[in-house]
Amino acid sequence: MSEPVLTISGLNVDYGTGDAAVHALRDIDLTLHRGEVLGLAGESGSGKSTLAYAVTRLLSPPGVITGGEVHYHQRDGEALDLLTLTAPELRAFRWQELSIVFQGAMNSLNPVHTVHSQLTDVLKAHRPEMKRAERTARAVELLSLVGISADRLSAYPHQLSGGMRQRVMIAMALALEPEIVIMDEPTTALDVVMQRQILRQLVKLREELGFSVVFITHDISLLIEFSDRIAIMYGGRIVEEAGASDIYRDPCHPYSDGLLHSFPALHGPRRELTGIPGSPPHLSAMPDGCAFHPRCGKALDPCATQVPVLARPDGDGSRTVACWLHQPTPATAAPRS
Amino acid sequence: MTTTTDQTDDIVLEARGVTKHFPVRRTGRDLVARHRRTVHAVDDVSLQLRRSTVTALVGESGSGKSTVARLLSQLYPLTDGEIQLEGKAVKAGRGRSFRSYVRQVQLIFQDPFASLNPVHTVRYHLTRSLRIHGREATGAELAALLERVQLTPAAQYLDKFPHELSGGQRQRVAIARALGADPKVLLADEPVSMLDVSIRLGVLNLLRDLKERLHLAILYITHDIASARYFADTTLVMYAGRIVEGGDSETVTQRPAHPYTQLLIASAPDPDRVVAEEEQEETGSGEPPSLIAPPAGCRFHPRCPKAMERCRTELPPRFDLADGQWAACWLYADGADTTDTVGDHEKEAAK
Repeated sequence: MSEPVLTISGLNVDYGTGDAAVHALRDIDLTLHRGEVLGLAGESGSGKSTLAYAVTRLLSPPGVITGGEVHYHQRDGEALDLLTLTAPELRAFRWQELSIVFQGAMNSLNPVHTVHSQLTDVLKAHRPEMKRAERTARAVELLSLVGISADRLSAYPHQLSGGMRQRVMIAMALALEPEIVIMDEPTTALDVVMQRQILRQLVKLREELGFSVVFITHDISLLIEFSDRIAIMYGGRIVEEAGASDIYRDPCHPYSDGLLHSFPALHGPRRELTGIPGSPPHLSAMPDGCAFHPRCGKALDPCATQVPVLARPDGDGSRTVACWLHQPTPATAAPRS
Repeated sequence: MTTTTDQTDDIVLEARGVTKHFPVRRTGRDLVARHRRTVHAVDDVSLQLRRSTVTALVGESGSGKSTVARLLSQLYPLTDGEIQLEGKAVKAGRGRSFRSYVRQVQLIFQDPFASLNPVHTVRYHLTRSLRIHGREATGAELAALLERVQLTPAAQYLDKFPHELSGGQRQRVAIARALGADPKVLLADEPVSMLDVSIRLGVLNLLRDLKERLHLAILYITHDIASARYFADTTLVMYAGRIVEGGDSETVTQRPAHPYTQLLIASAPDPDRVVAEEEQEETGSGEPPSLIAPPAGCRFHPRCPKAMERCRTELPPRFDLADGQWAACWLYADGADTTDTVGDHEKEAAK
């Protein structure tokens, strides 16, 4: 596997402080490798968007990062600690190295500015040496990259369809050729046909430009098709992380298994599906032990009291899972690198 | 399957050539134009809801599927066409005739966070539903309603406010409220798309169970064709205000006839496709048309890979195919014979 480009270790995020604090993320360990698509799956409230905002330092109060480290690895091998960057450093870092496509393109574009001015804004701020004509040329280039004709430059967001707006957002994210693009539910508001077009384009662009993608969605069947590795979140923790096909063929965590069986299949035999009984826990009333144990059909004794750690199951080095069913025997337990 | 359900007395609610055009607000030049422009939201939609049957209406957003639900529930007046409840044409106005209509045809909304009043308890919602529709609202009745939607023990939920319930529980309360009228038809407008993925199937299974026990006719409106295959007996596919294909759910999803249905199925996420991805490049492009000036002929022709000259000018009628399946597409104009063999051939191949 290629070198890491983003490493997150022991990240904790709370909403609020003191006794009233709600733990939104707990001990998140995650590595993004150069050029890969990492899928982040989970239900609403599992903390997947919070993770994206924490990593980009966009978390607004009452969200507080209470612990952990986030390192960005530059091409020359130097590591940048994102959580200690000063405001000017952060400004230079964002969008240049890491950009984000927000959930709901409808609301993320400024309705009173044209596509042209929104696209060139980024260039104006980060590349002050560029001339006006160069910026326009770059904006045209970016639009053609995502399959929009140049005459749309002077359009306002309301004149574009939902799919085109989402493409503009992607073009904007790629404006400075960042190393990492975080996509927070980029296609949830779109129809399946448009969703497939945009994702196919994204896959193509990634091959051409070589950036890494963190793809956040609740639709795990989409992730299996489009991502290399998948991390599944539940109740603010990562419960399983493995290659996309491993998750699909052989999910270790009962929650991953339940999630996979929550999507009816289009092909193959019609099976009776049950979903997962119960409902996701509220962050302010998280169960003791494994957060999933009240809904889990395979719960054991320790599940109710002890939190399972993310570890490699026996005999498999390429994946990690946080479940008492798959805890390694002490002899083979190795600390995660 | 078609032979057994073709009996007309099974049909509870039927739409015949239902059309709805919304006027467009006139600005600038329109004010002096002779014709008012309209949005052709729904055009010539005919469908039948049968007792103990789930009918799915699948389409992209903006295809008019929610408008169909609102027309069927008489929330909008029709521009043209007719709605028949148990064989009798109905035109509910407001007041008493509307109330007696909604007693039999109930609507479930997409968003259980918005469709329950946040300042009232579950008990209030259910009591109101029962009283309005002329039934006793005793404790036993309320408990029975909650039990039907699998919220047990009832006492635990009756005095809760909506914010104390999870999304799935809220949607169950909304379903219980609809059942309070003891309806014959449930119109479910995207009932699970706002819910967490892990609890969607629970709600769908509940609706299916209700269909069987109470002999309800259910219209399931969705954008997710895979869930239609799972949950519905028959599936109708809607594109730009028109129904383009219909038939048994399994047939429609496994052997889609209309090019739009084929595009829809090719676009749905499918983990099994990982390998085959490279082979089927460019399944489709373009976007649904504007409904203010819909394309002449077949509305799908600007995006259709198989479009012929005829598609641009003439509107395709329904062509019946094998197994009760039909499609509004000129590809099938040569008669059902050829399509029959194609269908059988594909069926063999699928096996």
